[in-house]
Amino acid sequence: MAFSAFATGTAKEQAPRRKSRIALLLLLPGILYLMLFFLVPLVSLVITSFQQPIPFGDIGEYQTAFKWENYVDVVNTYGEHIFRSFGYAILATIFALLFSYPLAYFIGVTARRWPLVQNLMLVLVIAPFFISFLLRTLAWKSLLSDESFVISGLKALSLMAPDAHFTGTPAAVIFGLTYNFIPFMTLPLYSTLERLDTRLLEAGSDLYSKPSMTFFKVTVPLSMSGIVSGVLLTFIPAAGDYINASRDFLGGTGTQMIGNVIESNFLVTLNYPAAAALSIILMAVILVMVTVYVKRSGTEDLL
Amino acid sequence: MMQGSLSRRTVLQGAGLGASALLLAACSSGTAPKPAAAVDKSDTQKSLRFDSRDTYRNTTGEDFPLLSSFTDSTSIEVTYSNAVSDDNVYYSKVKNQLKMGQDIGADACVLSEWMAARWINLGYLQEIEREKITNFENVRLQFQNATFDPGRRFSLPWRSGFTGIAWNKAAIPGGLTTVSDLWDPALKGKVGVMSAMRDTLGLIMLDAGVDISDASWGDAEFSAAVNTLRDQVNSGQIQSIKGNKYKEDLKNGTTVAAIARVGDIMQINQEAGDQWDFAIPQPGGVLWSDVAVIPIGSTHRGNAETFVNFYYDRAHAVKVAAETSFISPIDVRQPEIGTIPQDLARNLMIFPSEATFKTTKSFRTLTQGEEQRYGAQYQTVLLGAS
Repeated sequence: MAFSAFATGTAKEQAPRRKSRIALLLLLPGILYLMLFFLVPLVSLVITSFQQPIPFGDIGEYQTAFKWENYVDVVNTYGEHIFRSFGYAILATIFALLFSYPLAYFIGVTARRWPLVQNLMLVLVIAPFFISFLLRTLAWKSLLSDESFVISGLKALSLMAPDAHFTGTPAAVIFGLTYNFIPFMTLPLYSTLERLDTRLLEAGSDLYSKPSMTFFKVTVPLSMSGIVSGVLLTFIPAAGDYINASRDFLGGTGTQMIGNVIESNFLVTLNYPAAAALSIILMAVILVMVTVYVKRSGTEDLL
Repeated sequence: MMQGSLSRRTVLQGAGLGASALLLAACSSGTAPKPAAAVDKSDTQKSLRFDSRDTYRNTTGEDFPLLSSFTDSTSIEVTYSNAVSDDNVYYSKVKNQLKMGQDIGADACVLSEWMAARWINLGYLQEIEREKITNFENVRLQFQNATFDPGRRFSLPWRSGFTGIAWNKAAIPGGLTTVSDLWDPALKGKVGVMSAMRDTLGLIMLDAGVDISDASWGDAEFSAAVNTLRDQVNSGQIQSIKGNKYKEDLKNGTTVAAIARVGDIMQINQEAGDQWDFAIPQPGGVLWSDVAVIPIGSTHRGNAETFVNFYYDRAHAVKVAAETSFISPIDVRQPEIGTIPQDLARNLMIFPSEATFKTTKSFRTLTQGEEQRYGAQYQTVLLGAS
């Protein structure tokens, strides 16, 4: 859905009037693919979320039922984690946007005169992604551990209390999420700003508009599709992320997100109905939030 | 027009029916009969796939020396994998194949005793031909039997160790003697504990005077230990709860004291200088054990038995114990013990005396209901939920 922001065409193609067997035949692989790899797993997930344990069965053995209480249980037990996940994801998205917008503007608009700089900066944005997500997060963990030069330096400058930690705190998790999703914000923004007609900015200036007013009245509306795409591409995976908040990476016991709870229920306690119910809740909340956001930002055609 | 519409509907109906069939297959449940053991092909196929843990492998040389000499003497090629870093994760990966009696990609694997107990209960293991393991007589008496596997028909002792308390000698010169010492306000935010339930809660329960090996304790004692842990986490006394990575926190100074396994402490002392000390706490420490098992779908049971028998040779066992710093199940004596450096031979944490063993307890086998209930309760602490 959000990927349509990268498309350049705006005119709606007229639907073909005749329905041929060949067209249906060509559609068949796509339909089967969606059935097998989207619809069936989705329905299976919904069914799992209502399952109940088999009496006297093995750990991890469940039978089909309509145990809607699973949803109540997970919300009661992990409600805090659900709110925390969306809180962290919203903050990480805001920080990524604040960081990426000037960067994308520089690459896409200011650096147009220097194609070499433009290409080099784009490579710099993408280059860290040639290294594994896990390794990058582990590297940050080392850089931000108590004995690291960064934290030791901050403590030496009295900017941090001597017994304070950074890893294991919400700030560390939000930092990790922001860092890891910056390219997903920067690239859609760049793709929109790169097409920005700078004559419109000149026109704004000619009409005695302040630069800030030109920015908010011209640049931002024209780059809205990039902003929306970037926000969606950052927010959706960030809300379900379980690496940054993991106790083995940047998180601690008090920073666990819904992804960590799903992982724990799925892999450790083998409580598949709870994991499935949490996954459905995660999906539903994301869907509602994204729909409201896209409607409010006036870019419904992205959906 | 009509024809096209019908065709589309037919296509969708067909796809819907297919999806429904798949869904029914996905939803099917019920208690299947216990799977049958696979046919052993060891006579014709000289290979063995062995899933174990990374810490059980000597990494100082080019490869695990025992494996090379085993292959030289038996012509059985061993593919050694570190796949079992976490019992729960490993089980969740292979449980469906086990249930259907299929090959899980390993002919033998090393599991914690409690996980082996679950597999035995479910019929997921092949019975071991004990006559083939002639060196079983070398196994220490206390490991020759287990409550979850009387007569050791399905599980063979592989490695053991002690869980106790460790601390940084420079940060805590006076040392620690009990688990309660970890809750000293002076150590606030500097304590780490292991995420392994039986290690951490086992020690906390022992500290509270509960005999963890005895069947007399139940929900009340377990909940009390969970509450102690939760309180210490919520108050900020405990800085981290981690799997194997708790060692890294000790090494980089994030924690200065921890609930730890003695083998891990010896390992980080070797890597980063002799900075940490370990003690079995006064009320008692935890004795944990791993066992080698042969999954139901293994087609090389005979080769696995040959491998375990080779490991049970006293000369081999003493070398592996010295190299990996874990307690061997083999009762090693002179002259084999004389083949390793004296400081290792005298180390009671690798070659414990009977008196040392008596200072520790093994966590009793939990019933299926307890396993599920306690596991879920413990996870809420790890996830910071109430």
